[in-house]
Amino acid sequence: MRRLTRDRVIAILLILPSVIAIAVFVYGFIGFTAFSSLTKWDTLSPDFTFVGLRNYQRLFDIDRFLSDLRNTVTFTLLFLAGSLGTGFCLAVLLDQRIKGEGFFRSIFLFPMAISFIVTGVVWRWLLNPGTLQTGSAGVNLLFEKAGLGFLRWGWFTDPTVWSIPPDSGLGALLARIGLGGLSNSYVGISLAMISVVVAATWQMSGYTMAMYLAGLRSIPEELREAARVDGATEFQVYRHVILPLLRPITLSAVIVLGHISLKIFDLVVSMTGPGPAFATDVPAFFMWDTTFRGNNFAQGAAIATILLMGVAILIVPYLIHTTRTEPKL
Amino acid sequence: MTQAGHPGSLRWSRVAIYGSLSLAAAFYLLPVYVLFVTGMKSFQEVSIARMWDLPSGLDFSSYLKAWFGKPSEGVRGLSENFLNSVCLALPATILSSVLGSLNGYVLAKWRFRGSEVLFPLMLFGMFIPYQSILIPLVQVLQQMHLYGSLPGLIFVHVVYGIPITTLIFRNYYAAIPTELVEAAKIDGAGILRIYRWVLAPLSVPGFVVVAIWQFTSIWNDFLFGVIVTSRPSVQPITVALNNMAGSYIVEWNVQMAGAVLAALPTLLVYIILGRYFMRGLLAGSLKG
Repeated sequence: MRRLTRDRVIAILLILPSVIAIAVFVYGFIGFTAFSSLTKWDTLSPDFTFVGLRNYQRLFDIDRFLSDLRNTVTFTLLFLAGSLGTGFCLAVLLDQRIKGEGFFRSIFLFPMAISFIVTGVVWRWLLNPGTLQTGSAGVNLLFEKAGLGFLRWGWFTDPTVWSIPPDSGLGALLARIGLGGLSNSYVGISLAMISVVVAATWQMSGYTMAMYLAGLRSIPEELREAARVDGATEFQVYRHVILPLLRPITLSAVIVLGHISLKIFDLVVSMTGPGPAFATDVPAFFMWDTTFRGNNFAQGAAIATILLMGVAILIVPYLIHTTRTEPKL
Repeated sequence: MTQAGHPGSLRWSRVAIYGSLSLAAAFYLLPVYVLFVTGMKSFQEVSIARMWDLPSGLDFSSYLKAWFGKPSEGVRGLSENFLNSVCLALPATILSSVLGSLNGYVLAKWRFRGSEVLFPLMLFGMFIPYQSILIPLVQVLQQMHLYGSLPGLIFVHVVYGIPITTLIFRNYYAAIPTELVEAAKIDGAGILRIYRWVLAPLSVPGFVVVAIWQFTSIWNDFLFGVIVTSRPSVQPITVALNNMAGSYIVEWNVQMAGAVLAALPTLLVYIILGRYFMRGLLAGSLKG
């Protein structure tokens, strides 16, 4: 009995350094950042004069921040669709008892081993549209050579934002029903973001492929057989049997990739930077710029806190759910 | 199977499957092709109009320039930063694997009151955007005299590696039968002896998974590197590569050669130990 209590004390001592580290470096620091976001600290020397929510209010008047929010939404939607779609299709293809499965799997997964910085440097070169002097470059040049010249465009240098023009029919309709606020350039799709989505999907779709493939392999063949015997076509088998069974995997992937896209930073730094008219800027980059280049710590802390809240909304329910439903061992 | 029914349509569907897979593979390999082809070209041969052409011969001068630099043109080589990344990633990986193993052991086999709450609270640390801790991190590191140094960066990676390493080891140890631990307890072994003689010998695959995961993410990290180290001679390779790519005096072929150098170590780990890499990857989505 004495041995057991001694062991319990040692157990707690073993884990204590990590618990203290997490308490200080995660929760303590988050608390400090949240507190800083309510102060006047806008130079190198800290100034903790309390200003309430002023830094947050100010953010929503800044063109750059509103563009960032639009870009994050654009990126999240396109990146999720791209990664889930590509990953699922690749997994289904690999699940057809093909030769060389291991070979293909390694090719689809290897970008996961590479830094976002390397990915950004390479894709910036690939999607560099070229100039009038040099002619088309990269992928545009490839399109040209393949006779698909009409596909050439400015990639991440194109500042176009697709939004609803206020003077269009739809804009007028929205204005009439009191939703005129929806027709402005902050509610739309920044086309330059597509370049970042291509690079990020290239890097991360192997991950969804691996998850879906593991999921497909865990579905017993008898279930598919039974559906086929009942007269289901191969498409119906996927639509009504397999996809519903893969729903938990889709949910995990949406949460993991979704929180990555809120945090995306390295790729934007190395690939595009803020872009023309902030067409590829993201909150994580704005925070870094504001805080460590502009020394406006309170404003940076406010951006960081908003980012953290976005991630927490996604992750906290997921964490509670997974750790609670885990089998007790 | 349906093979008996429509042999013809089956053959076409096989062609379609292999065709789509090959197209997808071409997309994934496109950047690799450009990386290697551009890196092999000499300065005279690099032109935008011919960027997709094969090099006329093997020319490693881009790699030499990316590695050693060229002080006369103001180009910094990546060799020093490559070594910085090695000196950063190896100790940080070892330290955080050991910490994760001990935490996982306690949380899987020596649960105490509150450990069920503690675990998700620790895990939250691996999902946070690090922007939300950077401001106090810099202040605290400055006070600890760790700011701007490799030991400081190692410390940061070990601390923020705790959640993921603990998660992987906890799931790993949870799958080891508790009877083994109970039997050792009856034989009079204490917590540390059980770890040393029962769990540790069974931990090798767990250590491999965690070490690969940590090595890859520390080697590939950019954010901590750029925040904690400001002097070029201390910076890890990702930061140096980004600086190199952002500088207008460095030609494309040198940048691509630099990118290959920065990607090589983790790519080698992936090629040699890919199976374990997959396991770490899937553990990151919590279900182990």
